[in-house]
Amino acid sequence: MTFAAPLEAKSIRFRARSFVAFTLTPEAPLDVWLESLDRWVGNSPGYFAGRPVVLDLNVLKPDVVAIEALVDLLGQRGIRIYAMELDGGAELGTHLPPVLVGAKEATTDGLLQPSRKAGRAEEDTAVSDMKAAGDIKAEAGDLKAGDLKPASDAKAQPKDAKIAAPDAGTLMIRSPIRSGQLIFHPHGDVIVLGSVASGSEIVATGSIHVYGTLRGRASAGAQGNTAARVFCRRNEAELLSVDGWYCTAEEMDPSVRGKPVQAFLENGMLRIAPFS
Amino acid sequence: MGKVVVVTSGKGGVGKTTSTAALGAAVAKTGKKVALVDFDVGLRNLDLIMGAERRVVFDLVNVIQGSAKLSQALIRDKRVETLFLLPASQTRDKDALTEEGVAEVIGKLRSVFDYVFCDSPAGIERGAQLAMRFADEAVIVTNPEVSSVRDSDRIIGLLDSRTLRAEEGEQIAKHVLVTRYDAGRAARGEMLSIDDVLEILSVPLLGIIPESQDVLRASNLGSPVTLSEPLNAAAKAYIDAAKRLEGEQLPVIVPFERKGFLDRLLGRRAA
Repeated sequence: MTFAAPLEAKSIRFRARSFVAFTLTPEAPLDVWLESLDRWVGNSPGYFAGRPVVLDLNVLKPDVVAIEALVDLLGQRGIRIYAMELDGGAELGTHLPPVLVGAKEATTDGLLQPSRKAGRAEEDTAVSDMKAAGDIKAEAGDLKAGDLKPASDAKAQPKDAKIAAPDAGTLMIRSPIRSGQLIFHPHGDVIVLGSVASGSEIVATGSIHVYGTLRGRASAGAQGNTAARVFCRRNEAELLSVDGWYCTAEEMDPSVRGKPVQAFLENGMLRIAPFS
Repeated sequence: MGKVVVVTSGKGGVGKTTSTAALGAAVAKTGKKVALVDFDVGLRNLDLIMGAERRVVFDLVNVIQGSAKLSQALIRDKRVETLFLLPASQTRDKDALTEEGVAEVIGKLRSVFDYVFCDSPAGIERGAQLAMRFADEAVIVTNPEVSSVRDSDRIIGLLDSRTLRAEEGEQIAKHVLVTRYDAGRAARGEMLSIDDVLEILSVPLLGIIPESQDVLRASNLGSPVTLSEPLNAAAKAYIDAAKRLEGEQLPVIVPFERKGFLDRLLGRRAA
């Protein structure tokens, strides 16, 4: 919708836009939830970097003081909350992020009708599907500018709800990646300076560069980027994948094992070629 | 309809995964269709012992969450063609398993395979309880030492209360498999005797696996001992145990210490 306000100088335009947002749903007991969040963030460092997050408080239903504390606690972990979901929570005050209503679940097939999921932390959902298949589901709310309720004081201007998309960034990891760790980077390339252990996994929408030995699984171009590649200084990988096309250790030619290689798509096939 | 057998212990490090692989391979060698399911999400090892770690693409968690079909995740063994493995995920934790999901996977496997062996994680928490939840029979792996026997006793209590069969008022068939049995140490009283173990647990004995370097070597080579070295003592013991599991009545022979003339002369203990 676009309409001009009746002003003599220049018309101001208001536009509605919808964005897919990542939602976190804290649950009681909160300390346990935070502990599991920390564990999860520890396994996927950089996951929340530059990622705007909506806080769904309909499970926890905290009071204003508790919300302030929670936003603060998440802020210390580098998780920026830019809006909240809370039924009947219009009276939160201007110092807290605004309340959103009318969220719809996002899936790969589009948005579902509004629904409430009970009793599952969103972070589980975020990692639920990150496999070589590469279809990534994240819980999301459908944001509309019109849904942004101005906070209680009536003079508040309806803010433009445009949320800048996170920059395509490179995630650099200086420590070795251990067995069991899952690095998921939805905004571009991943560079690992150390080695990637067997039993760990890196999933990136861009390319993956490993300057040590790659013994785990690496899936590049996870959301349909056919130009992405996997590079490593020593290929002992369990699985290499680009845009869902994969090759297991078993299927790899012995001539590309233990060498510096790159994996890329060529004529719709995954090719693994040593660097001469 | 196949049988679902959980291999469990409570205590870690007693040889659950080794026993799952060895028993499963021994049963599959008789022509039965066997699936081995690794429930140890986050610390998977069964694929290593089976030598299939280089072929894992999808795993149990993918199947439960619907991102892969069961047929895509099952890995067929290269040595025995009726033997299949469903690996665990290494980058998740046990919370990724749901009871409904496990029920569905086990149900599908049960309709296709003669035997489904579930390799339980150590402990008595969620992972171990999900592994035993849908079992018809249980193999309780025990070392002849006090802490292992106590933990096995705890697990037997769970088998009789937390499994679906128990909740429906039926019995779950239980067998004790004593592993890492050192005849010499048992003779010197440094280990519990088989009688002590059976007296405490009061569960029928499935077999006694002697402590053996061959088992470790086979594990490190990625081949169950019953496939790679079927003639050594531990492998024979596993093959007999597998026969008993299938209902054969074989007497269990308690291993005793054999001392050859040279060993006595040199004061060495036989392995």
